[in-house]
Amino acid sequence: MTMDFIISVIITVVGISTPILLAATGEVIVEKSGVLNLGVEGMMLIGAITGFAVTFATLNPWLGVVAAASAGAAISMVFGVLVLSLGSNQVATGLALAILGIGLSTLIGTGFTGMIVPQFSSIFPSALSQDPFWRVIFGYSPLVYIALAMIFAVGWFLNKTRAGLVLRAVGENDLSAHSIGYSVIGIRYMAIAFGGAMAGIAGSYFSMVITPMWAERMTAGRGWIALALVVFAGWKAGRLVVGAYLFGALMTLELYAKASGFQFLPSQFWASMPYVMAIVVLAVISYRDRSGSEAPACLGKPFLPNS
Amino acid sequence: MRIKLEKRAEPSRFMLFATPVAAVILTILIGAVLFQSLGYDGLGTVKEIFFTPILASYKWQDVATKAAPLILIALGLSLGNQAKVWNIGAEGQYIAGALAGALVAYFTPQVTSHWIIIPMILAGVLGGAAWAAIPAFLKTKLNVNEVLTSLMLVYVALQLLGYLVTGPWKDPNGHNFPQTAPFSDAQLLPHSIAGTVIPPGLVIAFGLMLVFWLVVSRSVYGFQVRVVGAAPSAARYAGFSANRTVWSTLLISGGMAGLAGILEATSQLGQLNLGFPSNYGFTAIIVSFLGRLHPVGVFIAGIVLAITYVGGQVAQTTVHVPSASGGIFQALMLFLILAGDVLVRYRLVFKS
Repeated sequence: MTMDFIISVIITVVGISTPILLAATGEVIVEKSGVLNLGVEGMMLIGAITGFAVTFATLNPWLGVVAAASAGAAISMVFGVLVLSLGSNQVATGLALAILGIGLSTLIGTGFTGMIVPQFSSIFPSALSQDPFWRVIFGYSPLVYIALAMIFAVGWFLNKTRAGLVLRAVGENDLSAHSIGYSVIGIRYMAIAFGGAMAGIAGSYFSMVITPMWAERMTAGRGWIALALVVFAGWKAGRLVVGAYLFGALMTLELYAKASGFQFLPSQFWASMPYVMAIVVLAVISYRDRSGSEAPACLGKPFLPNS
Repeated sequence: MRIKLEKRAEPSRFMLFATPVAAVILTILIGAVLFQSLGYDGLGTVKEIFFTPILASYKWQDVATKAAPLILIALGLSLGNQAKVWNIGAEGQYIAGALAGALVAYFTPQVTSHWIIIPMILAGVLGGAAWAAIPAFLKTKLNVNEVLTSLMLVYVALQLLGYLVTGPWKDPNGHNFPQTAPFSDAQLLPHSIAGTVIPPGLVIAFGLMLVFWLVVSRSVYGFQVRVVGAAPSAARYAGFSANRTVWSTLLISGGMAGLAGILEATSQLGQLNLGFPSNYGFTAIIVSFLGRLHPVGVFIAGIVLAITYVGGQVAQTTVHVPSASGGIFQALMLFLILAGDVLVRYRLVFKS
């Protein structure tokens, strides 16, 4: 096994893991505030088409990413109004958001099939990003570094800042947080918007980095994997990285198995692996945490104090 | 002026019936505006999606055919939703049921008796239930959230179907298309009951609607399911087992999805192919909520959603909207029905 091969495997794993990492980082904040948003897949698709369309129009991928984040946050507000202001069921509403995102992205995307957008240029000098060895550190899309920076930022925010403490308090005990004067609903709106923005960026990674093209349902269920990843990580930012790269390794295995014509197991076996693994991982994690002490105590429960 | 929500002492019966109707009407209005603003013919789209399938009699068979699986699946899901057991993987159970039924067909190509349809259908029910048993087992034994596991299994079922129709079950005379060999004449149900536009699945759905209605409103079991969902601690106190409710609702909803799958395969397609999954399992979730989790409501809601399915296809060819348009109307409808729920439990108070 050559160094070159190992490096290209690492690059594939990191690249393919990044969108689920981005989306899961956002969802950790949402769930820490006590809200379960199942609509990640839909928000990702909205981000994917918006990022693509804006990049296509402006030829600037950075504007595309900003637009993807904004669109993700905007569509998440539909969910926010329903579950926060109207106290609707979070599971059903999240699902509605996923269905809406799938439909809306397909509708907007019909005009963009077959188009190509300019890609990000590397933020590092080509001496580093193109170097056969150093590309393992410097050769990624800027979004990969943004994803890692966001993990640190979110970990720091949750554990080291006062605002992070308040967010966790809202998710652990909404009534207490409310009674000492924090706006439970307001904080949850912000958390949902952040989750939407991160899912939007995650989606744009598909249409702007993985393939610089738009295709219907191109996120292919990765949004649901991101939700499983949050449980896997025990709602801790640091552990998300480990989990994301684990899933990334599985998806890479699928790619290599297909490319090498590796015939002793059918390609569908490899394609179903990330989902099977997600189930196994969820089972192991949930068994270890039978009492449910790791999950935010108010996760999924509506908060309507004046009723 | 501020709007405040005030809890009603009793859920409003009027709102319970009025909000689903209002949701459909609002969906039509918002949809027209949305499509107009996206540069399509808004009124034309709405007309084709919601009214053409009702007004054009040659579309009725299509509507009835699409309503059957939606109603069958949603009847089962509604039971689980009442107990707050969230099976969102009905699409996977639908596929698993069809595969199990096709397995029977695969081994009995030479059987000429029409009775072979019975073991095929039974296998379909069992296949769907078995697929749903996985999340039930994980939920009750290991406390794994059924929402994610049931959903992940949809993707696994899709890959399994893909593997079988391109691999071991591929039709040797199928010109290399990813499909199974056609079922034999004995293994087929008719598209529709002779002389009518009604597919056999819809007749079965109607019968099962009555059964579910009886169970939900008259049996101890139906009561138990509602109590477990509405007041888990009261249910424990009354000795109702939450685990038994998880198992039974998942097995029933999985079995219903499997039944829908095998009926679709044997009465409509006559074989399995890659195009078999048609999102019925996901759309049925909308049917369940639009029908207010009540069997009769579900039956009506299933027909409404089937209309949007058929209408979406009509609109594609006549007013040239993309194929996803029907899906957008369905998602809008679910949002509005969920928003309408609040009016059942709360009243709006306007304060200056």
